Amino acid sequence: MTEWMDKLTLYFSYPFVRYACIVGVLIALCSSLLGVTLVLKRFSFIGDGLSHVAFGAIAVASVVNLSNDMALVLPVTIVCAVLLLRTGQNAKIKGDAAIAMISVGSLAIGYLLMNLFSTSSNLSGDVCSTLFGSTSILTLTRTEVWLSAVLSVIVVAAFVVFYHKIFAVTFDENFARAVGTKVNVYNLLIAVIVAVIIVLAMNLVGSLLISALVIFPALSAMRVFKSFLSVTVCSAALSVFCAFIGILISILAGTPVGSTIVAIDLAAFFVFAWIGRMGGRA
Amino acid sequence: MAQLLCKNLMLGYENNILVRDLSFEVNQGDYLCIVGENGSGKSTLMRTILRLQPPMGGEIAFGDGMRPNEIGYLPQQTVVQKDFPASVREIVLSGCQGHSSGSFFYSKEEKQLAAEHMERLGIAELSGRCYRELSGGQQQRVLLARALCATGKLLLLDEPVSGLDPKVTMEMYHLIKGLNDQGISIIMISHDIQAAVKYASHILHIDADIFYGTKKQYLASPVGKRYIGEEGGEEK
Repeated sequence: MTEWMDKLTLYFSYPFVRYACIVGVLIALCSSLLGVTLVLKRFSFIGDGLSHVAFGAIAVASVVNLSNDMALVLPVTIVCAVLLLRTGQNAKIKGDAAIAMISVGSLAIGYLLMNLFSTSSNLSGDVCSTLFGSTSILTLTRTEVWLSAVLSVIVVAAFVVFYHKIFAVTFDENFARAVGTKVNVYNLLIAVIVAVIIVLAMNLVGSLLISALVIFPALSAMRVFKSFLSVTVCSAALSVFCAFIGILISILAGTPVGSTIVAIDLAAFFVFAWIGRMGGRA
Repeated sequence: MAQLLCKNLMLGYENNILVRDLSFEVNQGDYLCIVGENGSGKSTLMRTILRLQPPMGGEIAFGDGMRPNEIGYLPQQTVVQKDFPASVREIVLSGCQGHSSGSFFYSKEEKQLAAEHMERLGIAELSGRCYRELSGGQQQRVLLARALCATGKLLLLDEPVSGLDPKVTMEMYHLIKGLNDQGISIIMISHDIQAAVKYASHILHIDADIFYGTKKQYLASPVGKRYIGEEGGEEK
């Protein structure tokens, strides 16, 4: 035990480990907030789709040698999020099919571009780290940490301010529209927040595992809790807890950060599902 | 002036016109039942009244102090709501979202209003319960309480008894009639023609030919006689 503590103290004396921990926890918090809404709106897979879009955008950015790839990735992802969430009832290609199409399409294009134009000698390593986020969280700069912190504060603040509207729009869109709530505006807001979260979260778990970060805490909380507020609070707390533990374990055991966090989220889900069943029977 | 006045409405979507030349009005205290076959345009009419879609022609006017967003809407349940983790209080309170208080949070008065309506519909003791664990009748009461939070004047009910068993159906009809007796106008879309002629003051029959009038006129009209005859025949 003391050996572990020594090891942790040693690691936490490095700034990049502290940065990773701060950003990891912030991202976990943000991604879990909208998870409840996305799961209930049947958009669980949007995280996956959008993260592939971001992957494609990153590939393009690296091919054209943009120094700051965020400048391209964020707008592109926001536009796709808006398109996906707004299509609604009138779209020719609906919900899940649209997500699948955009997701697979941008993944393929991204890989193709990287393959054709990449100057790096370690292509599969690059792709792997973009997809699974194996190291990027440990190479964050001070600016990126601040950027993540500011964006997370904005996301959390927006969520708190619009909490009741988000609930209303999620629970019953038609009723909300009938009593004069500007449903389209809030759907747009949700789409933009989702896109921002996904671009942030790519640093932590990579594009493949973002869905897990978005949906697992929400699904776990929904097993046990009965009201929207308690589900939201629980999923945020759970997500932060799992991210923190996951980062600690990955430091101690040398495992990849993203996969470790998701594994912990999965374990938490089973625990909650079990508690839910016990509670249901009693 | 009437609370709701529809003049020469033309309803439908894209190039598909379902209803032409539809005119009717709802005055305070009216109980209007909208009946007709499936696909005749009842739901389209409802969506148009709620301004979820624009009419293809004609006009809808609100009067007698009604604002367009003051209709208390009781929708049919969606699949999403069946496993939605929300407490009864949260859902009823969301009926207050249209109040133009300018705040993003619910005020004390709005919470008080929600509590009163839960009391009124006999679901006060359920307020902390989870919506998805309630029975069908209880869920309808919750949504009705939410609709009451949005209005004190006009309720628009979309098949409020579909999926309920006969006893709960009767309770629901009594509840609605009780609200109507307290001065709230009712517009109800229904398949249940027997209940429609029992409770309604006016009937709007949408079909190849449209009928609008009081219940008495409807019972005497050819379309009414035919429709009630058919329904009766089915039951035997």
